[in-house]
Amino acid sequence: MLANLSREQIVEQLRMALLIRRFEEELIKLAGDRDIGHFHVYIGQEMTGVPALQLLQPGDLSFTTHRNHGHLLARGVPARQMYAEILGKETGMMGGRGGTLHLCSMEHGFPTTSSAVGGATPLATGAAFAFKQLGKDRVSVCLFGDGALEEGSWHESINIAAMERLAVIFLCENNSLEALGQKAGEYPSSTLAATDLIDLVKPFGVPTIQVDGCDSGAVHSAMTTALDRARTGGGSTFIEARTVRWPGNRPIWPALLTGETDLAMAWDSSLIPDEHRVWHAEQDAVLRFLREIIAAGLIESDAILAMDREIRSEMKAGVEFALESHYPPAESALDLVLA
Amino acid sequence: MRTLTYGQALVEGLRELIESDERIHIMGQYFLGLTPQRALVGELAAEHPSRFYYPPIAELGYVGTAIGAAMAGLRPIVDLATASFMFQAFAQITNEMANIHYMSGGQTRVPMVLHFNHGIRGGGAAQHSHSPQAMLWNTPGIEIMLPSTPYDVKGLLKTAASTDNPTAWGDHVKLFMIEGEVPEDDYSIPFGVADIKRKGTDVTIVATSLMVQRALAAAEKLAADGIDVEIVDPRTLVPLDEDAILESVAKTGRLVVADECHRSCGAGAEFSAIVAEKAFGYLKAPIRRVVTEDVPIPFSPPMEEYVEPTEAKIIQAVREVVD
Repeated sequence: MLANLSREQIVEQLRMALLIRRFEEELIKLAGDRDIGHFHVYIGQEMTGVPALQLLQPGDLSFTTHRNHGHLLARGVPARQMYAEILGKETGMMGGRGGTLHLCSMEHGFPTTSSAVGGATPLATGAAFAFKQLGKDRVSVCLFGDGALEEGSWHESINIAAMERLAVIFLCENNSLEALGQKAGEYPSSTLAATDLIDLVKPFGVPTIQVDGCDSGAVHSAMTTALDRARTGGGSTFIEARTVRWPGNRPIWPALLTGETDLAMAWDSSLIPDEHRVWHAEQDAVLRFLREIIAAGLIESDAILAMDREIRSEMKAGVEFALESHYPPAESALDLVLA
Repeated sequence: MRTLTYGQALVEGLRELIESDERIHIMGQYFLGLTPQRALVGELAAEHPSRFYYPPIAELGYVGTAIGAAMAGLRPIVDLATASFMFQAFAQITNEMANIHYMSGGQTRVPMVLHFNHGIRGGGAAQHSHSPQAMLWNTPGIEIMLPSTPYDVKGLLKTAASTDNPTAWGDHVKLFMIEGEVPEDDYSIPFGVADIKRKGTDVTIVATSLMVQRALAAAEKLAADGIDVEIVDPRTLVPLDEDAILESVAKTGRLVVADECHRSCGAGAEFSAIVAEKAFGYLKAPIRRVVTEDVPIPFSPPMEEYVEPTEAKIIQAVREVVD
């Protein structure tokens, strides 16, 4: 279901979702040619991050994880700077000091990215603590996977957030669902004794919302509710967005198992190959969004392909920019330990 | 000049910070531990309730909350009470707080202060007696201050609260009742500037925190025997005033280190290594370390005293290097 938004806003969601998908595909291709270290991709989760982060305002802060590329792109960080950072070049946002695991951009509301699972839950809570103390009408969003709920930091953080009624939204992207497992109603695959993730939230009295993370309208609606609550002094919300794990996402070094996404599969099912048919036909959140947006008559397939061509050429240019950029001077490794 | 106790100077520093900067926020209230002066902190909290947060028993959670708050515009001063509790929060301290500025390429600052009461307080046994400053020193990205006098604690605190870096602030519980001169006027002490607590010509003692006081007492007794000790108090480990240490050793030719970290890889080991690397030619005798032995701190009083750095051990070490 599409969100109840203007045509322009829905088309913007499309543009951003395609941009994230093409960014990751180019990155995986790049990693095939050279060792760029291990990294994590957001493929399959685009329709959670895009509609959720589209609703944030300047000054709101987001804290993400090792699977962060889509989140930063969704808030407008330029792809070329991200490629450069991922390659350790001086033109990256952090001048090569952090790489893919720590992508951040203060200008876009990402103060830091912790790649330690559960590292960011106290940090996001703290940002909301500062907003409250300083009387700022701002919201902090903590994006994390289901694995972070296994950490003790989760329980300590939500306790503080609940007791202080802090404007922090815990957006849990539960990608532990195996494609076939989800179809069979199997749930969850996290290493948790709890059978339902929200059981880890209820004792703290924080409201919970569970949504299909591939349903842009449901994510938009949940995030709108959470933001309204946070901005009006109602405190925290926990959102569980269930997404399907992309078949190429298993290894630490992801592989383009399902190939570069052929957008025409959205309107021509004869193009869908037998291999990974379930993914292309049912699970891929971007293709699903495309089918919805076409069915709603908001954009023609030709216009989608034109937009895609533009994005792909922008991604290729971004990769070129990163490859041509210089590494930072080695001795600058000793700088910036302290402010 | 007026005289204050260490505890009074500490609380006066906190009060002035709260009253001069609305971004200062205090988390936790055990700055003076469970000592008789702890009511001073309670009074301050009663005067400024909106500036104090009394957190749950969740060191990882509330230290992380302070780090997040510091990135979002607050300047938290967080109290961990006994230093040993720091380990509950170590993931946030070493992996988040210390790394954030560097990882961000200088975009993001974490202006906060992390207070802890370190050291052998008497009867604390293994889980309430740590001096974890060397572990913090082994984690680039944290400024570390270790005051030893009322004047120093207030002046260093002012600097800690004004820098854009995270500062770890270690006090020794046995310092809180010590008296010293503290000016009425506002002042601050820059980081990275050692203080020569006693001038002398025969032996350099590099001492930190409570060990400065023990070294001063030892020096008086040694002076009666004609041994003239110079005491260098670095005051901050990060940044470290290496020049002051090296200049003193160049003058005296002898070094004793008095520090409460454990022997292996402790602050004393680092001072010794710096002098061995950079002032070896000046040394007339081997370096001696008066430090805590490499054992968990035992409870039983005679065992506790046996493993801790004491005034008597400092005197003995000095006698050995001048022999």
